[in-house]
Amino acid sequence: MWGIIRQNVWTGRSPVMSLGAGLSAFRSYSSAGKEMTVRDALNSALDEEMSADPKVFLMGEEVGEYQGAYKISKGLLEKYGPERVLDTPITEAGFTGIGVGAAYYGLKPVVEFMTFNFSMQAIDHIINSAAKSNYMSAGQLSVPIVFRGPNGAAAGVGAQHSHCYASWYGSCPGLKVLSPYSSEDARGLLKAAIRDPDPVVFLENELLYGESFPVSAEALDSSFCLPIGKAKIEREGKDVTITAFSKMVGYALKAAEILAKEGINAEVINLRSIRPLDRSTINASVRKTSRLVTVEEGFPQHGVGAEICMSVIEDSLGYLDAPVERIAGADVPMPYAANLERMAVPQIEDIVRAAKRACYRSVQKAAAA
Amino acid sequence: MTFMCETPVKRVPCFRVLDDNGEPIIYSNYEQQVSKEVAVKMYNYMVTLQMMDTVFYEAQRQGRLSFYLTTLGEEAINIASAAALSTDDLILPQYREPGILLWRGFTLQEFADQLFGNQDDYGKGRQMPIHYGSNKLNYITVSSPLATQLPQAVGVAYSLKMDRKDACAVTYCGDGSTSEGDFHAALNFAAVMEVPILFICRNNGWAISTPTEEQFRSDGIVVKGPAYGMRSIRVDGNDALAVYAAIHTARRMAISEQRPVLIEALTYRVGHHSTSDDSTKYRPVDEIEYWKMARNPVNRFRSWVEKNGWWSDEEELELRNSVKKQLLQAIQVAEKVQKPELADLFSDVYDNLPSNLCEQEKLLRETIKKHPQDFPSDVPL
Repeated sequence: MWGIIRQNVWTGRSPVMSLGAGLSAFRSYSSAGKEMTVRDALNSALDEEMSADPKVFLMGEEVGEYQGAYKISKGLLEKYGPERVLDTPITEAGFTGIGVGAAYYGLKPVVEFMTFNFSMQAIDHIINSAAKSNYMSAGQLSVPIVFRGPNGAAAGVGAQHSHCYASWYGSCPGLKVLSPYSSEDARGLLKAAIRDPDPVVFLENELLYGESFPVSAEALDSSFCLPIGKAKIEREGKDVTITAFSKMVGYALKAAEILAKEGINAEVINLRSIRPLDRSTINASVRKTSRLVTVEEGFPQHGVGAEICMSVIEDSLGYLDAPVERIAGADVPMPYAANLERMAVPQIEDIVRAAKRACYRSVQKAAAA
Repeated sequence: MTFMCETPVKRVPCFRVLDDNGEPIIYSNYEQQVSKEVAVKMYNYMVTLQMMDTVFYEAQRQGRLSFYLTTLGEEAINIASAAALSTDDLILPQYREPGILLWRGFTLQEFADQLFGNQDDYGKGRQMPIHYGSNKLNYITVSSPLATQLPQAVGVAYSLKMDRKDACAVTYCGDGSTSEGDFHAALNFAAVMEVPILFICRNNGWAISTPTEEQFRSDGIVVKGPAYGMRSIRVDGNDALAVYAAIHTARRMAISEQRPVLIEALTYRVGHHSTSDDSTKYRPVDEIEYWKMARNPVNRFRSWVEKNGWWSDEEELELRNSVKKQLLQAIQVAEKVQKPELADLFSDVYDNLPSNLCEQEKLLRETIKKHPQDFPSDVPL
């Protein structure tokens, strides 16, 4: 019964925007309603997995005494002690390498990067060791490690703190790359990542940490887990498919509401998994709608949208009625000034315009030279 | 106001047990640690390693192998350190330490199989030659990027500490690798985390063509240990007994006191960096000859073993003949064993075969069926 209520509340509305309406619906069934911030979702997932498996341990800068740079690991040091929640010196290369070594031995480290921008200083360990070891050792060295932290743009933090690494890690065989949107995503995907025997890059979003989402009783259970490699249809539609991940899912849902008022019924897909990419869900959707808009916050060239577009061309070319539209961040290092930053990241209006173009409701952009 | 001087008044002394002629230097506190069996076994393996390198190197020159890398000149570090450790100690090598595997029981055939990348290779033909690995013998697969094994070894050591095992992590690197950021991160972390680990640095004077004078300006690597708050020792890497003693003691310290120890083993890289290098282009031939002949660690140890009456010329001849035969046999066999099968192209990327790779394999097999003449005939399907 709870599932049905949730569906009714959510149809055609983004969970965030309809918080007011949603909450009142929940209150009338208050015995089952629960909301959770993404921060708490991640914290509870870490807590439960650490409790269930003594091999799981957390490592990173400020994760212990400081309770986590973004408070994701709040309370864990107190509960599990310094052997399982390690505050590390400032060397990404160092603690990432240590994590990989511990994983070689058989432990299950969760390595936190204060932001994935800093993972650049450790990327050799992630790519050349973690991703490739199982293959290059012919199965002798498995690396059950999770690399997690905020990814992509925040607000007013400049170029070296705003880069999106989804396509960087997404291109590497041997890695799994996940990016949650809602609290349920955060819980289910982090738990799946920790349990997975392969190395997983877990791309969170700083601005989503404080956002609250409804969570089902099923999602609150400690055995809850989401499958890796399955996207979620956040909003069903029939006129145009909009793919997004992380924060952009929220924007896509809001765009879908605006489009609905103009008679365009958009289907919003929350990718959840960048690698493996859920090609079958995306293609099934495009075969239904015949139009595709890919949305990402990161840079356009060699981005996630480019890969999705190619996947659709390979599997469903005959079904497309319009060129694929790609919405991405501006091809510049992220500027700091608030007005410039706003113009460097996709806005809801950009998604709306792209969807309209795909539906031939507005003039096509002149093709760039 | 006193500045610490950039060059030390005295260089850090080097621990030795045998002089250049294999005669023991009398120390008041050095105890004979090596029994006859261990000494003879060590000598045997040093000769085997030396011959293995010579024969496999030749095989590459003849075009039978694509690549090879020798350990010539560093046989004492390889075998003596392995002898001083326990098989429970996890090894994270760089790439010039196959002697550890040899000591632990990796056969010449197993080495050859990896070099030829055949079906019997434990690496399933995934890696270049000399990238050996053996879970069974606690030897982590060799990885090409330099010094990445150092912080990883600290992670292993931390895991051993959490498990309260009576074992330590042991990791090797060369003088060149100490310039990598990972070296700094690893030593710093190991000291802060108080983990049972041995950092064994083979200072062999050369990083391909870069001599140590151009690699760092410190008094070698041993002085870097105390900078991180780490106990350290400099040892004559060409003196098998000194290496054995130092590693044996360091290991006990690392495990009982749960601390890292740095060991700088001074030696000389007699061979070229690898088969892709000709070191006569950047260093004098007579320098190489000097270290190869006059300062050879194998000969030096042989002197001591023979003076004890534990070895003879006949046994030497017998050993060398036997090893040579085994090596040639191993190569012949390995060359003929089938290459890994097609499925091994796709397995182990992930724990389970993902659907996209399943599809790719299916597509590949169909294409091979349709156009068999376009595909190598020696890849079993």
